[in-house]
Amino acid sequence: MSAPAATTATIVSLRHVGKTFDSGTTALAGFDLDVRGGEFVSLLGPSGCGKSTALRIVAGLSAPSAGTVAWPQGAARIAFVFQEPTLMPWATVSANVALPLRLAHADSRTTDNAVAQSLARVGLTDFSGAYPRELSGGMKMRASIARALVTEPDLLLMDEPFAALDEISRFKLNNDLLSLWQSLRRTVVFVTHSVFESVYLSQRILVMSPRPGRVVAEITIPAAYPRDEEFRTSAEYAGYCRQVAQALAAAMAGERAA
Amino acid sequence: MNERLLRLALPVLVLVIAIVLWGAVVRIEAIPPYVLPSPGLVASTLVSDGPLLMHSLWVTLVTTLEGFALAAIGGIGLAVLFSQSRAVEYSLYPYAVILQVTPVVAVAPLLLIYLPQPLAVLACAWIVAFFPVLANTTLGLNSVDHNLLALFELYKASRWQILWRLKLPAALPQMLTGLRIAGGLSLIGAVVAEIAAGSAGAGSGLAYRIAESGYRLNIPRMFAALLLLSIAGVCIYFVLSFLSHLMLRRWHESAIAREH
Repeated sequence: MSAPAATTATIVSLRHVGKTFDSGTTALAGFDLDVRGGEFVSLLGPSGCGKSTALRIVAGLSAPSAGTVAWPQGAARIAFVFQEPTLMPWATVSANVALPLRLAHADSRTTDNAVAQSLARVGLTDFSGAYPRELSGGMKMRASIARALVTEPDLLLMDEPFAALDEISRFKLNNDLLSLWQSLRRTVVFVTHSVFESVYLSQRILVMSPRPGRVVAEITIPAAYPRDEEFRTSAEYAGYCRQVAQALAAAMAGERAA
Repeated sequence: MNERLLRLALPVLVLVIAIVLWGAVVRIEAIPPYVLPSPGLVASTLVSDGPLLMHSLWVTLVTTLEGFALAAIGGIGLAVLFSQSRAVEYSLYPYAVILQVTPVVAVAPLLLIYLPQPLAVLACAWIVAFFPVLANTTLGLNSVDHNLLALFELYKASRWQILWRLKLPAALPQMLTGLRIAGGLSLIGAVVAEIAAGSAGAGSGLAYRIAESGYRLNIPRMFAALLLLSIAGVCIYFVLSFLSHLMLRRWHESAIAREH
């Protein structure tokens, strides 16, 4: 057991959260989640299991219809990375990254420094003046991550951010995300439908079952960081993947039986 | 490069053929100038009546530009107001549509009764031109990427920030489309009103010259004035297209040439 010692204090806690949309669809029911400071936790489940809804509720972008969302240590600074890069096409990469600070009326020196630092972290320094349409899919996502990091958030919420990327870009971004997480020590909640991605990245995986969305299994991945290509091809990694895949299959089977 | 040359050369060629045919028909059939003037006569009328026609063109252009400017301000302003308040949108939008679908030719005589003539002409130009700006800008303001909107909310952006930093830039392509249509329409509105006013016996715009020349059977001058009007329309269209291109060229797909 060589997982890094995560700070154990819970920063956000969801209890019995339910969400029913106006259309009558129940996306979540009895959903519980505790996120501890500094950890990397994934929500894994098939599409339509409410994992994005759960993330939006944590972000405050959507209000729960039942249950509570508590912040034991006070409100956290939150950043959100969407499945699409969600950049403003009319603004350059640096203007896009600067947006959260501009909206908060930060002075221009602070903004410029933070933007430069954030772009350097994701390796986009040379593209600060480019427009989003001039970038590849992977680079757009890097810009999106740079924008999320520019406010030095306590909690980084990521909603299947790499799902639309090719495998090569996805692996590269997985590695870069992990090294950012290790150097910055932010808390990350990562939503994905990929067993392999969740095992590679996370300390803890919450497996969700659909209709209504709820957590049916929790699996800890105690493998040491830094994780790299060696880990990705190891028997240990394959073993965890099998375990998580079985939990996911059981969650889906449970749904069919229900 | 070849294709660009062709796109310029072919319409010019068509124009030359049409003028030559027109001249030939007039000469061979010996058509009198009060029925159909030859291209040469139209050109010489354009020169001889130049000062008069240029003055009229100026009057019409000023009305058109004023109508266009008011349409731009009114259309964009109203669209922004609609985007801020559903109640205002629901209350006023139907009337904007009614204003648009009522033919301006039918409205012009009434306006000429209630308003002094220059103002009535301006009002007509405005009525026809403002709706495309309103409709397109409204569409643009409403088609903002939902995730971007969520992002602005996450960072607690004010209404003003959402409007200024998100909705207006996102609506820019549609807004510019509306303005391009409005440019042509404000010329039409001005002309329609001038013709309506012209039959009432006042005015000095280009359309009034056409109506007046018609009564006097001065057909060459009618053609010359018509030619100036269409040149003005084409210029307005190109200027607005160019401005639109300048504003969108860095980021919008419509303004970027596809690479083959």
